[in-house]
Order: sequence, then C-alpha cells, then structure tokens
Amino acid sequence: MQIVVKDLNYTYSARTPFERHALKGVNLTINEGDFLGIIGHTGSGKSTFIMHLNGLFKLQSGEIDVFDIKLVPDKKKKSDLRRLRGTVGMVFQYPEYQLFEDTVEKDVAFGPKNMGLDADEVSKRVKRAIELVGLDYEDIKDRAPFELSGGQKRRVAIAGIIAMQPKVLILDEPTAGLDPYGKEQILSLITHLKKECSPTVIVISHDVDEITRFANRIIVFNNGKVMFDLPMNELFRHADELHAVGLEIPKAVRIAQKLRERGVQLEGDIVSLNDLLHAIVVAYNKKHIDETVDENLNFSAFEFDLNDSSTCKKGEGKA
Amino acid sequence: MRDVSFGQYYPTNSVVHRLDPRAKVVFSILFMVTIFFVVSYAGYALVALFLLTVCLLSKIPVRNVIKSVKAILFIMLFTAIINIFFYDSGKVLVEWWKIKITLGGIDFAIKMALRISLLVMGTSLLSFTTTPMELTDAIESLLKPLKYIGVPVHDIALIMSIALRFIPGLMDETDKIMMAQKARGAEIDTGGLIKKVKAMLPVLIPLFVSAIRRADELADALDARCYNATEHRTKMKLLKITYKDVIAFLFVAAFATLIFLDKYLLNGADSYIVNFVKGLFA
Repeated sequence: MQIVVKDLNYTYSARTPFERHALKGVNLTINEGDFLGIIGHTGSGKSTFIMHLNGLFKLQSGEIDVFDIKLVPDKKKKSDLRRLRGTVGMVFQYPEYQLFEDTVEKDVAFGPKNMGLDADEVSKRVKRAIELVGLDYEDIKDRAPFELSGGQKRRVAIAGIIAMQPKVLILDEPTAGLDPYGKEQILSLITHLKKECSPTVIVISHDVDEITRFANRIIVFNNGKVMFDLPMNELFRHADELHAVGLEIPKAVRIAQKLRERGVQLEGDIVSLNDLLHAIVVAYNKKHIDETVDENLNFSAFEFDLNDSSTCKKGEGKA
Repeated sequence: MRDVSFGQYYPTNSVVHRLDPRAKVVFSILFMVTIFFVVSYAGYALVALFLLTVCLLSKIPVRNVIKSVKAILFIMLFTAIINIFFYDSGKVLVEWWKIKITLGGIDFAIKMALRISLLVMGTSLLSFTTTPMELTDAIESLLKPLKYIGVPVHDIALIMSIALRFIPGLMDETDKIMMAQKARGAEIDTGGLIKKVKAMLPVLIPLFVSAIRRADELADALDARCYNATEHRTKMKLLKITYKDVIAFLFVAAFATLIFLDKYLLNGADSYIVNFVKGLFA
C-alpha cells in the first residue's frame, strides 16, 4: 500500500493578479509505515500538498493514488471521496477551532457518523478514540467542548479524526500555540497514535528540532517544489543548502558543524542531541583514553533526556 | 468561497484607481440614483456603455465585473419571475388562475433585471478600484459635517474599517473550517436546501466562536495601545481633489444628464420601437 503522487500542479486564483503557483510538478511516493516530516516556508506549498491527499482541492493537473483510491483531474470520473476521507485523517492547524457540538461525545462522533457507520460502531469508535488521545471517556463525554482547556480541546479535536480510524494520519503544525509541556504531550501522543491506530503519519512542522525527534524521512518543500526527500540522517548533510533557502537547522547539527570547524573529529550523521552526545563521547575517548582499556565501556548507556533539559542520565558517573 | 469577487480590490493602478476616493463614492451614489431614472432600453445601453468605458479605463477585466453579478443572481431571477407573473399591464399573453403573463410584465421584468445587475456591476467597480481603507477615509471625510450635530463620525468610520478589515479574514476562516469539516466527511455542497443549511451548522458555529474571539482580542489590542477616537487625530494620507477628479466628474455628470434627458425630454428614446413591437402582438 502506497500513496503515489505524480506531477501534481496547483495554481491559486488563476487568471487574476493574485495568481500564485503553489505546486509545480510534485512527484512523491509515501510508503505505508512511514513517519514523514514535511518542512518548508509559509507559502512553500506544503499545506496545499497535504490537502490534496485528502481530496480537499480539485486536482488541476497530475495524478494521486492513495491506497488504490485514485484522484484525477477528469471531472467525469468521480473519486470516492468518502472512502478517501476515512482512509486519510487530516488534523488541521488549531484543530480545536473546528469543534461545534454541545458535547464532546457528539463532536467526536461527527466524523464516523458521516462515514455512514451504524450507531453501535460509532459509539464504540468514539470511546476508543477519546481513550486513545489520553482523556477519561466517562468524565469528558458529556462536557461542552468549549469549557475544556486548550490542550484538552486539541485532544478532543484529534480524537474526532482518530474516530474515523484513518490508515494515514496527517497533522499540520500539531503543536502550534502550545506551551512546551503541551508540545511534549502532543508529540508523544502522535507517536502513540502511530503505534495504536494509524501506521502512516505525516507531520508538517516548522520546528526542525521537533521534527527530527520522530520522523524517519523528511521532505523539504521550497517554492512549490520538492527540494529534498531524504532519510533524516542524510538530510542535514545538506545543511548549507537548507540554510541558504532560509530554513532552520537543528541545534545538534549546528553544534556539530561548529565543532568540526574547530577540528573536533565527529563521526557519523548527527541529527539529534543524542547523536551529538554519542559522537562527542566517542571522539573524547579516541583522543584521551587508551582504547584497549576502555573496550567494554558501554556508550549506549548515555541517554540525553529532552524532558529534563541539559542533563545526562545514567552513564554520567562512568565517564 | 474564494470566487466571490464582490468587494475585492483589484490592483492595477489605473487612472480610476488614483481618483480621489471621495469623488468615487460621490460618483457611485450619483450612478445609483441615475440608474433609477432609466426608462428605455437605449438608456440601459448607455449605462452599459458607461460601465464598459470605466471598466476599460480601470484596466479591470470585464469578466470580473460581470462575475460580480453572480452573488445576486438569485435575487435577480426571483424579482424577474415575480414581475413576469404579477405585473399586470398591456396585452395578456398567458392567463392561468390568478397569474397573468402580460407584455408589459415581461418588459418590466427585463428592465428590472437589467437595473439590478448594472447597479451591482457599477458598485462593484468602486470596490474593485478602491481599497477598503480609502473607502472608509472617504466616507469619514464625507460625513464630517454631521459632527456638528453630535454624530460620532470617526467612531463610525473606525467601526466600518474594522468590519471591512475582518471580511477577508473571516472568508479565510470559513474556508479553513469548511475544509476541516469536509475532512471529517461533512457533505457541504450536496443535498437539498434544508440539508445544505443543516450542513452549514458545523461551519457556522466555529465561525461565530472565532469571530467573537477575534473581536475580543482586537478590542484588547486597541485598549492596550490606548486607542481612543479623539478629535485631534491626524491622517497619514491626506485626500486631495485634483484636476483628474474634476474631469471624471464632468464625465459622470454628462452621463447622468443624458439619462435624465432621455426620461424627461424624449420619454425614452426607443419608445417608438418598443411600442411597435408591442403592437405586433396586439
């Protein structure tokens, strides 16, 4: 099962002075099980692209195949949008702004009801979805969505998508506007959802430090085109090019770059702070400790804990 | 939603765009009044010619101007149909129960449809060529005399400019919420009228919530910057009448005069032809 996008183009407000080519010949294949990160500037076409995957835009030219549901620009051929929207779950930016029902339960049920499922199945899915996003079903189901806290609202909104049990979950800036703690919670929720519900996850984020923590493959959009499509560890070999188009580089990559400039021999591709720590320890040992003595030193015992900023757990004593 | 061209500025920086917005507002009012004095098809042709000229001068594609009628197509057809069925004058063509279709009715319905559509096209030209900010400045300036009888003109202008400023934002918001609900399987564009209205609820409720939230935030932002509508506020852009505005005024006045001449002096330039056609049926 794959998502295949062929030669996708899209133009906003065609034939007006506001005309803008949002997508210019995008070709992509997304495999089942991918944990895909998409980065790019505002206006780079990334949002337009993911909305196409959910059939929210009429295709202008090109071809999209989402798990054998085909989308083509031909008006006569109607694509099965209902099935598509059950397959691809789309969580928009600030999803809490789409809540409208008077109880949480009804709101989460909106999606599955629209899919035409029977009442039993709907309520089963609603319960499971609310529990999956880490809320207490009994406690929250009869409350009004508008009286919840910001983080809770966002979870309810995500539950509304999860209740449709999509195979592909797309999230647009899922942590926007949250405090650091709320961000952590949403990020671990996404990892959890990938395991429990939707095996393929696509996340748009402008925060590279955030995206490098979970994505295994990153697509960079620039000016309506795919600029890079690489596994995470390879992407930041192109740090200079990314920097040139004004994209942020993860902290670890920048630190590694500076260290290398100063002559520190760091090995491998460094993307996360964990990689950096390992590389530094390896480099340190190479330089200072006789290798025969230290053969059985276990470096993997070093864990850089991001929740607990700037501390090294466990192995610190040994070093 | 994005295709609603009513009230959208279309930047081409033409002569019409650079006219004093106050003059343009006055011209529009004059145009609106004049169009209600049009009695003959020749008059409507003249109005169309006038609009076409302004349109060409302003470099706005005619297509866009015509498209602005789309927004009121329903009202236009509705009035036309009501007029055809219930306006009773002249030779009866079809009669059924209380409904009569008369020659005079058809004549009147066509004129009414022409009047409404030309009216909308004319006013949309104003919003195509004038930014909302210019428009509020103009209205504020034009309403200034009312200050002396205690009307808070500046406050009204501020309310207007805020309202105008919110329209594109709310349109975007509507678009986004619609997309979000469509992604949840809502079928907004299909079904009958009642089904469609019902389907709009998931869009309207979040839209209202966000509109109220935005209004609240804006009010706080204005307060935080100590905004108050005092008398001695100065303007960054001062409006000035130039010779261009005078020429434009002469042009509009000539147009209005011709329409009035047509009504009061000629009693409709083409009335002979219309009466002849009516006579054919009689």
